[in-house]
Amino acid sequence: MFTPHTPQEIKEMLQAIGVSSIEDLFEKVPAKHRFPELDLPEGLTEMEIASELNEIASANASTDDFISFLGAGAYDHYIPAAVDMLLRRGEFYTAYTPYQPEISQGTLQSIFEFQSLMTQLTGMDISNASHYDGATAAAEAANMAYHIFRGKRNKILLSRAVNPQYRETIRTYMQGFDDVQVLGDEQGDNDRSDTQHLLSKLDASTALVMVQYPDFFGRVIDYTKVVDYAHEIGALVAFVFNPTALGVLKPPGDFDADIAVGDGQPLGIPLSFGGPYLGIFTTKEKYIRKLAGRLVGETVDQNGKRAFVLTLTAREQHIRREKSTSNICTNQGLMALAATIYLSLLGKQGFKQVANLCYQKAHYAADQISKLDGYQLTFEDTPFFHEFVITTPKPVSEINFHLQNHWILGGYDLSQDYPEMENQMLIAVTEKISKMDIDDFVLALEEIAND
Amino acid sequence: MTEQTIYELSQPGRGGVTFQAADVPIVDLPQGFERESINLPELSELDVVRHFTNLSKLNYSIDGGFFPLGSCTMKYNPKINEEVARLPGFAHTHPMQPIVSIQGNLYLMYQLQEWLQEISGFHRVSLTPAAGAQGELVGALIIKKYHQANNDRKRKKILIPDSAHGTNPATSSMSGFDVIPLASDKRGNVDLNALRSECDESLAGLMLTNPNTLGLFEENVEEVIQIVHQAGGLVYGDGANLNALLGILRPGDIGFDIMHFNLHKTFSTPHGGGGPGSGPVGVTEALMEFLPGPIVTIIEEGDEDTPPFFGFYYPQNSIGRMKAFYGHFAMHVRAYTYIGMHGSQGLRNIAEKAVLNANYLMTKVKQDYVLPYDRTCMHEFVVEGAWHDRPDVHALDISKRLMDYGFHPPTNYFPLIVHEALMIEPTETESKQTLDAFAAAMKGIAKEANDNPALLHAAPHDTPVLRCDEVKAARDLVLCCWIPD
Repeated sequence: MFTPHTPQEIKEMLQAIGVSSIEDLFEKVPAKHRFPELDLPEGLTEMEIASELNEIASANASTDDFISFLGAGAYDHYIPAAVDMLLRRGEFYTAYTPYQPEISQGTLQSIFEFQSLMTQLTGMDISNASHYDGATAAAEAANMAYHIFRGKRNKILLSRAVNPQYRETIRTYMQGFDDVQVLGDEQGDNDRSDTQHLLSKLDASTALVMVQYPDFFGRVIDYTKVVDYAHEIGALVAFVFNPTALGVLKPPGDFDADIAVGDGQPLGIPLSFGGPYLGIFTTKEKYIRKLAGRLVGETVDQNGKRAFVLTLTAREQHIRREKSTSNICTNQGLMALAATIYLSLLGKQGFKQVANLCYQKAHYAADQISKLDGYQLTFEDTPFFHEFVITTPKPVSEINFHLQNHWILGGYDLSQDYPEMENQMLIAVTEKISKMDIDDFVLALEEIAND
Repeated sequence: MTEQTIYELSQPGRGGVTFQAADVPIVDLPQGFERESINLPELSELDVVRHFTNLSKLNYSIDGGFFPLGSCTMKYNPKINEEVARLPGFAHTHPMQPIVSIQGNLYLMYQLQEWLQEISGFHRVSLTPAAGAQGELVGALIIKKYHQANNDRKRKKILIPDSAHGTNPATSSMSGFDVIPLASDKRGNVDLNALRSECDESLAGLMLTNPNTLGLFEENVEEVIQIVHQAGGLVYGDGANLNALLGILRPGDIGFDIMHFNLHKTFSTPHGGGGPGSGPVGVTEALMEFLPGPIVTIIEEGDEDTPPFFGFYYPQNSIGRMKAFYGHFAMHVRAYTYIGMHGSQGLRNIAEKAVLNANYLMTKVKQDYVLPYDRTCMHEFVVEGAWHDRPDVHALDISKRLMDYGFHPPTNYFPLIVHEALMIEPTETESKQTLDAFAAAMKGIAKEANDNPALLHAAPHDTPVLRCDEVKAARDLVLCCWIPD
């Protein structure tokens, strides 16, 4: 299919090697199992496979067909055309990890710019070149905190309002350390506003406290007390942030967070059914040698010309092997490039505009929905960004089922992750949603309540 | 010419992409949380397009030239992959949509799981791991959980051949295991005596790359696996080099218990300048219950008129979730496309041509370079990038000089067991003409090393930047652009 060999060339090559057939090259493969007949469909031509993939894709309903109010960790933002046009340059997407700086300055400089943008966005000192996604960045935050204390503090405290999938991922990663306890996010004893709860659990064995900002329910909460107390007793604090929110809200750095992680998907990366996305990892400069993942630094070449290289690689697995604290190798290079291009295109004004549009539209939607009989804002007195929770008169799954008849994808059913949150819908609104869309949504919700 | 950074190009007051004014009533931001301003660059759309276009030109890429980077499988990435992954029906689906609205995605993932199972001989595949290293972490955590489930808590030791990728030992220690390096024998195989002496009650498992990073098929692979199994350990297969085995051998058939796939190596999804990768994991029937979820399954069987109905399940004793959502779905689309275009014969042809190319190139390169393990190779081979009679020439010099000839260097200084290693993997998509040109460059460099070594020490001469001061980079750490106030 993509092999260029002519029969004549194959003959010449075999002759040069000194064997009579290609099969001869596989003599060492156990004969009993050699050359299995694979039960796969006949190979298709490009035209056939394109048509097949079109057909499969058309079996989905996409956000092009439906107005979507889904968020819960993935957000449907407008992506300027230039982002993907640039990502499609083969010079970017068919390049390898920039281990050879002389012929990788494009990738290296763009990562350097990504690191710079992330520190501006978060108000933190340093950023690495990315992690797989927000969840694994959060897991690496726990991993880093554990290593900073060299295992002497073994408690990782999580707010119950941190994305449930992130909390699951952290638990997966922490299985490696027999002495680590991951807690704080238990159901029941925290009535969902958990700053007090976290404060009560914080003690001298706590390595890390993790909160989300805005939290999983969209709320904007002041964690100053948590940060102050954690620092008083020597624990670190990690913020899980939504990058769009930081266009108008004070960044984690202003709260003196030690680590700020998030998913960069809202920055120019398509929904793509959950991936690939972009793990952002930022921290304070003093933790640089404990930071996992790749870092790009500025230097000069032998003529004194500015150049960029991967630096402090002695932290990483390919050098330290079993002594490195993380095994991360591949990161999300192309996705980091997407975010870099997106933020460059929108710039100071455009990015703030997007954040503000999300905020305004979400507040209009919340206001209109909470006026309906049977619907109310669950956290009435707490500020929120572009997501909010509505108490619904019927189970969310039932409402969402009916909403599909109105070409609407309703919000996320929180009872899937929070058994205590029956009839609670998490609604996200981005700049792509118009006032008319919201009005249609409100009408549909009213109709469904009255059915 | 130096390309300025986005902050150096920025002009106060210049605007890029803008958005319409709000069509809803305006309310205040939450008190005490308002951000004054955020220091992002101010550029026009053309500034941005030109900047990143210029940056792209500073990169070497597969589309631009030969990339014989050992163990990275830098094969051609078909353009159709990029088209189909961007179909709105895939790219614009939200991961939290009701499953009835994403049956196309689930069908594709299910089919890919089935195909990977068939190709590898494993019983069940989970697509969720984000990259090869995460697939390894899955494997190590499964080994841990399996022994725990058997109440076998003494098993703390993972054996790793000294030729293995750095991610193997890093993964093992991240999973709480003690890492025991295993020596290789003179033919580049696992040393069976060394293996036997480590096989005791504390053995948790072995991580084995086959073909190994010397590009050699492990000649005693069945025996190695048997020894580990008899001692109660599990065998993890690092699938980094699976390209050499497509349609040749199914690792599951010879006793591997777990293996990760690198969709970005074997199945042509692009490397992206360092990710995103995708690292699905396959296991035997006995280990299915430990796989990370969610995994796609058929919830309701179909019949002649209706297709089956797909949904997710979570294995009952799962090690847990590896990341948010379901893995790198857009990479699954690309890998599905690639396998769908090849079929059984096409896949075998990939491995055959990859191995043919490697052996052909090895035959030519070994005329001028020391080949420490001189036997038929699989998809790659390793030579020494140094000569006794030219002591001041190193693998690094040869690598840098290759850039002057227009080639990407091979992987160098890896595997660690070869002196001044140059690890060369041509892949199946390269033509004889390209291999001949590369071999001629290698020959030319060997001669230059003799006649004019200064030329190699000064190389590269013709690249966007010359050799970089890495010591300065680490000493005077500058990790962010100059940013105007």
